[in-house]
This record gives sequence, structure tokens and C-alpha cells, in this order.
Amino acid sequence: MSGLSYETVARFAQQGGLIYFGLIFLAGVFYALRPSKKAEFHHAARMPLDDEELP
Amino acid sequence: MSAPSTPTASPPAGSGGLLLFSAVGALVAFFCAGLSQDPIFRLQAETFALAGVIAAFFLTAGLSGGTLRDEPDRYSDNVIKAGVIATMFWSAAGLLVGVIIAAQLSWPRIFYFPEAGWLNFGRLRPLHTSAVVFAFGGNALIATSFWVVQRTCKARLAGGIAPWFVFWGYQLFIVLAATGYLMGATQSREYAEPEWYTDLWLTVVWVTYLLVFLGTIWKRKEPHIYVANWFYLAFIVTIALLHLVNNAGLPVGLLNHKSYGVFSGVQDALVQWWYGHNAVGFFLTAGFLAMMYYYVPKRVERPVYSYRLSIVHFWSLIFIYIWAGPHHLHYTALPQWAQTLGMTFSIMLWMPSWGGMINGLMTLSGAWDKLRTDPVVRMMVVSIAFYGMATFEGPVMSIRAVNALSHYTDWTIGHVHSGALGWVGFISFGAVYCMVPWLWKKPAMYSNKLIE
Repeated sequence: MSGLSYETVARFAQQGGLIYFGLIFLAGVFYALRPSKKAEFHHAARMPLDDEELP
Repeated sequence: MSAPSTPTASPPAGSGGLLLFSAVGALVAFFCAGLSQDPIFRLQAETFALAGVIAAFFLTAGLSGGTLRDEPDRYSDNVIKAGVIATMFWSAAGLLVGVIIAAQLSWPRIFYFPEAGWLNFGRLRPLHTSAVVFAFGGNALIATSFWVVQRTCKARLAGGIAPWFVFWGYQLFIVLAATGYLMGATQSREYAEPEWYTDLWLTVVWVTYLLVFLGTIWKRKEPHIYVANWFYLAFIVTIALLHLVNNAGLPVGLLNHKSYGVFSGVQDALVQWWYGHNAVGFFLTAGFLAMMYYYVPKRVERPVYSYRLSIVHFWSLIFIYIWAGPHHLHYTALPQWAQTLGMTFSIMLWMPSWGGMINGLMTLSGAWDKLRTDPVVRMMVVSIAFYGMATFEGPVMSIRAVNALSHYTDWTIGHVHSGALGWVGFISFGAVYCMVPWLWKKPAMYSNKLIE
């Protein structure tokens, strides 16, 4: 079987998917743990606490 | 938004358009009812037409009487008040049907009429699941999301009259679905029983909901989009996607209630459970996690324990959940590797679920004493504990060998109730107990003892 056999597509989906989603996960962790975001996240964690009426 | 430039308040944007839409919709529905040979379709079309007439009546009264006013310098709270009332009404209705079908399991002849099938167990069971999940849970999600997105974006709801259309349109969806089930109109798809015209109507309502939510985020005064809004947005977007794919079908006729899905065989089963499990993951989990990330910090007056963990929680949860559906199809014609994939991803879900549970519980650090004094906090903690237990049990049940024992037993039903009643129910009741005094400007709930 040449071209797009079931095995080819399945292997690509399995290995490509592993790399693709692994990279997205790492990007998410990197975004969450970046030191430069410390002040923004500190502010964000308190957002529910200061939500009075519209200014 | 200071110094009002127009002394006479104008109605919310789109009110006239909605009036026209209601009137034309009612007219079209009347014609469909008159032309149809199908008694079920006729009754559903008449229900739709009646809703259109009522909507047109109240819009006309509001526009001509001047009571329908836009208040651009305040949050839209009236639609949330309506949502809280609808949440409590549908919860009572849905739980009552649950009691009835539980009684039917023990005494099969109760409410069983051989001549009329309206109250058969087979029709009441989807009525119970849809009533508690979509009517109670859905109204709680819409109401709280409208509250949270306004407060954390410091912006009034976008879209003029559109939030009201979302609220009443969703109630009409519930009524069409519920009366349809009782008459026997069903696609026989778990958690997606409503027939094609009800599905189309929900699509219109849901896309409007998405646009209202996005529009409010778009005009936010706060640069950072709070994590609860991410969870709500994932819930709204994913439900739209799931709904469209899972309900792809063709009606027998344009004036007939019956339709057939475009998928068949094992593909149909896979699409069904891709939908079914993500209804759990995105409707019953992501949406209610949004509630947890707002109402728990708000109630205990402590910041989120770890905001960084909440971001990792969000991205890992949505990326892993979407793959877990095949664990509903162990020992079927679905290829073994696809079953194993669903099982593996289900077990991986332990990590984000427990990360989120720890994040919710630890938000109480420094305020644990409130657990003793505030029954609403206790409800929230019970809810998060059930979230931890249900998301521990679920992956265990997804293991093929365990599933061989648990499938087709009451264990499944017990698991669902641990999630839906323990987690979803308690966090919603907690959120309602928070919001009612805030909305109606009261110092506290009527009686703390009754909450206890």
C-alpha cells in the first residue's frame, strides 16, 4: 500500500499528536510560570474581591 | 458614562428588531402548525407560536409604556435575577422528576398508563437528566456567567436586549425539549434527545449567548481576562461545537418532528460519546469550575490560592477532556486502540482535576474558621470535595477491567449523582446563596438556620 494507508495516517496522528499537544502543554506551563507575570497574576488572583458597582 | 446626554431613556438596542422577530416567528410557526400532518410537530409549533405572541406582547407593552429602558451606567442585573429564579424553579422540577423515576424503579406500575405513554419511565428519565443538567445547571451557568463577566470585566453586558433574548430563548428551548420528550419526540441520543427544530433553536440562542459574552469581554475596562471567564468561554464555545456535530441530521420532512442522524454504526457511537463525555467535561465541569474560581474567593474574602495553577488547570483540563469519550464504548466495535486512548486520557485527567480541587480548597487558607460559621462556605467545600471524589472515581471506572464490572450497574448512576448533585448542585446552591442578597440588596439570606 502506497500513499495514505490506514497505518500511515494512524502513526502520524499518534506521534504528531503527542508532539503537538506536548508542545502546547509546555507553552501553557511556560506562560503560567514566567517570572515577569508575577505582578499581573498577583493582581488577577484578587479580582473577585474588588468588583463593586460600575465606576 | 457620566453626565447623561439624553434626558429621555431609550430602550435597549435591538428591542424593535426582537419585536419584529417574535411577531414574524409566531406567524411562521402558526403556518407550520396549520400545514403539518404530524400531531407532535403541530403541538411543538403551536408552543413556539405562543411563545412568540407572548414575547411580542410584552415587548410592545414595554416599548410603548416606556418601562423597557437602557441603563448604560449600571450592570445588567435584572436578567440575572430572572436567571436565579429560573434556576431554583427548574431545580425543584428536575429533582421532583428524579424522585418519580426513582419510585418507578422500585414500583414499576406507578404513573404507568398503558393507554398513554406520557409518563413512562423511558420518557421521564431523559426529562429528569435534561431538567437537572440543562434547565437547572444551564440556567445557573447563564446567570452566574452574566454576573461574573460583568464584575471581572468592569463592563455592562453587551448586546442591548440580547441577554434577555438568551434568557427567554433558553427557557423556550427547555419547554420545547421537555414537552417533546413527554410526547415521544426524541433523537434517542443521550443528553441530546431534542429533535432537529429544537436543536436549531438552541443553536440560535447559544450563538447569541456566545456573542453577548464575547462582546462584554471585548469592551472590558480591566486589561487581564480573569480565569473564570476563560472557563465560561471554553464551556460556551465547546458546547456550541459539540451540539452542531452531534446533532447533524436530516428531518423526514420540514413539517415533521422526526429526523435521522447523518452518522451510522460505530462512527455514530463515537460521535455520541465524544459529545456525551464532553457535555460532562465542558458543561458540568468547566462551567462550574468558573463558578468555583469566582464565588469561593469572593465568599471567603481570600485571593485564589495559586493563580498560576489555575492557568495550568485550565489548559490541561480542556486539552485532556476532549479525548476521554471512548471510555464509554469499552468492549464494543470501536477499535481497541481508541478505547485504550479514551481510558489513558481519562486517567491523565486525575492530575488537572486534583490540581483544581486543591486550588479551590486551599483558597480557604487563612479563612478556615469560616467553615464553622458560614453554611454557604460549607456548601462550597462539600461541592469541591465531591468534585475531587467524582473525578477520582471516574478515571477508575474508565479502566477497562473495572468498567466490565461497573457498566450497566447502579454504580454508574451513583457516580453521575456524585458529580451532578454533589459537585454541580452544591456549588450552584452556594453561588445562588451568595448572589440573592447581592442582587436584591439585602444584608443576608432570610435564615442561616434554614441553610444549615
